[in-house]
Amino acid sequence: MIEIRDLKKTYHVGDVDVHALRGVNLSVERGEFLCVAGPSGSGKSTLFHILGGLTPPTSGEIRIEGRDLLKMTDAERTNLRKTTVGFVFQKYNLLPTLTAQENIDIARDIAGRRQADPHFSEVLSLLGIAGRLRHKPRALSGGEQQRVAIARAIVNRPALLLADEPTGNLDSENSRIVLDLLRRLNHEFHQTILMITHDPEAAAYGDRIVRMKDGRIY
Amino acid sequence: MINRLVLENFKHRPVRTLLTALAIGIQVTLILTLVGLSFGMLNDIAKRTEGTGADLVVLPPDASIIGFSQTMAEGIVSKVRELPHVALATGILMQPIGGINYITGIHLNEFTQMSGGFEYLAGGPFQQPDDMIVDEVYARGAKIHVGDTVNLGKPWHVCGIVVPGKLSRTFAELKTVQERYSATGQISRIYVKADNPANIPAIQSELQQKLPTYGVYRMEELVSLMSVNNVPMLRQFTDVIIGVGLVIGFLVVFLSLYTAVLERTREIGILKALGAGPGYILDILMRETILLSVFGTITGILMSYGVRALLSAFVPSFTMEIVYSWWPFAAILAAIGSLIGAIYPGLKAARQDAIEALSYD
Ligand SMILES: Nc1ncnc2c1ncn2[C@@H]1O[C@H](COP(=O)(O)OP(=O)(O)O)[C@@H](O)[C@H]1O
Ligand SMILES: [Mg+2]
Repeated sequence: MIEIRDLKKTYHVGDVDVHALRGVNLSVERGEFLCVAGPSGSGKSTLFHILGGLTPPTSGEIRIEGRDLLKMTDAERTNLRKTTVGFVFQKYNLLPTLTAQENIDIARDIAGRRQADPHFSEVLSLLGIAGRLRHKPRALSGGEQQRVAIARAIVNRPALLLADEPTGNLDSENSRIVLDLLRRLNHEFHQTILMITHDPEAAAYGDRIVRMKDGRIY
Repeated sequence: MINRLVLENFKHRPVRTLLTALAIGIQVTLILTLVGLSFGMLNDIAKRTEGTGADLVVLPPDASIIGFSQTMAEGIVSKVRELPHVALATGILMQPIGGINYITGIHLNEFTQMSGGFEYLAGGPFQQPDDMIVDEVYARGAKIHVGDTVNLGKPWHVCGIVVPGKLSRTFAELKTVQERYSATGQISRIYVKADNPANIPAIQSELQQKLPTYGVYRMEELVSLMSVNNVPMLRQFTDVIIGVGLVIGFLVVFLSLYTAVLERTREIGILKALGAGPGYILDILMRETILLSVFGTITGILMSYGVRALLSAFVPSFTMEIVYSWWPFAAILAAIGSLIGAIYPGLKAARQDAIEALSYD
């Protein structure tokens, strides 16, 4: 479902060109759980940001479900984020003024969906946060916040879930819970997942590992 | 769902929300107070003019409807009195004594005949040349009692306090006023009463013929001319206050939203990552702006009642009306000022880069 060929991304910072991606090649099958490893600054997050439509690629080929990201306008990329991808970040990134439930609801509202589909309540029970939904993020533990963030990322049933170091801020106990959840989402709901991680133990949860260095995949 | 976010944003920064609404409220109060005073004072002057009981009024050449800077010769009164169908004619002199107040020189007997006479709350008519009658509003505002001596450029001795509603708030003998303020033989208005209301038009045309350069008005004509648009400068002054109000609203909302957008950089980034486009972000900020201006307008309207209460307690001669018909206009002005103020912060938020915002701490 993902086809990437010779993908390049250059950031212009003042007069300096930063070559974050220098020719990435990658294909991912539907239903795959792929882990991306590699040192800091190797371009992992940049690759995710492009896949998630947060920033346009500079050159090369990149398709998600046949849609060409290189030719997309800003509005089309907004639409891609709305309908096709879900993000989970290292820092949870929940809206602090809303409750857990409202954080999930607003993602649905942005996508223009009125009510939860029945499938989602199954997912919620899997995530084990049903009793915590009325709380604001600051009243939740890191592990709970990350599970709410996962719920929010998949509420609109995206084809692709992108998780950028989702266990980076969690202790080993909570990391294991979150990683188990991701694996069950993948197994039981056939959710396609791409996950960035430094941790070899975490990387073992995926079906396959690719490594990045200096803006390329090895 | 957006409304929920907007409300939570307000609750998250209650002081900023209240101060912003208060500042917009001040804009609204400023406008409503000025308009309320314009309407109130003019209506009050109109009512008191009607209180003279006159059917016609003669103004000196070039005199304005509510101004008293022009005068005419007292001798004209006797000529007016000789015209057919004129039952009564009396001249008065309005002498400014600072602020919005005038001391009005009258012939007490003639004025009593025309107006039906004063109703005394304390004291009684003039006894000495330097006696002064004041109305209850003036007495209350200046804390005056019968027997007091009041200095209005010259000392006046208060002999009576009367029910308000008859032409002026302060009265003295015409002759004394003329002498004391170097206007011997001068008057500012002639009030005329017809022997029969049916003869009023006839008297008017007669007067217009005899005194072609003078202003000759029937009472209802004069009263209907006492509107904001006919008072020199008042219209312009109102426009200036409206302009100042718009600028206040603009600046306050600009600053408030600008800091809100800076503070919410990360949240805006999150919303964008969830698929919110520029329209969604703008929608949130516009709803906040409209809600702030609605809060502000309500605050402003409530405060205008407060201003009226304060004025009537401390400066009773400033008559302020609550002019309901201006509420929608004040609300629209508040909304316009606020929305203009929201443009720049709104565009800044809508254009904000999501990745930078998410890496922002
Ligand atoms: N928004 C940006 N503007 C400029 N340079 C960036 C930006 N994002 C990332 N970079 C640069 O691109 C390179 C790759 O960064 P990143 O994709 O975050 O790596 P990783 O996630 O593997 O640590 C780094 O040199 C980083 O400084
Ligand atoms: Mg990274």
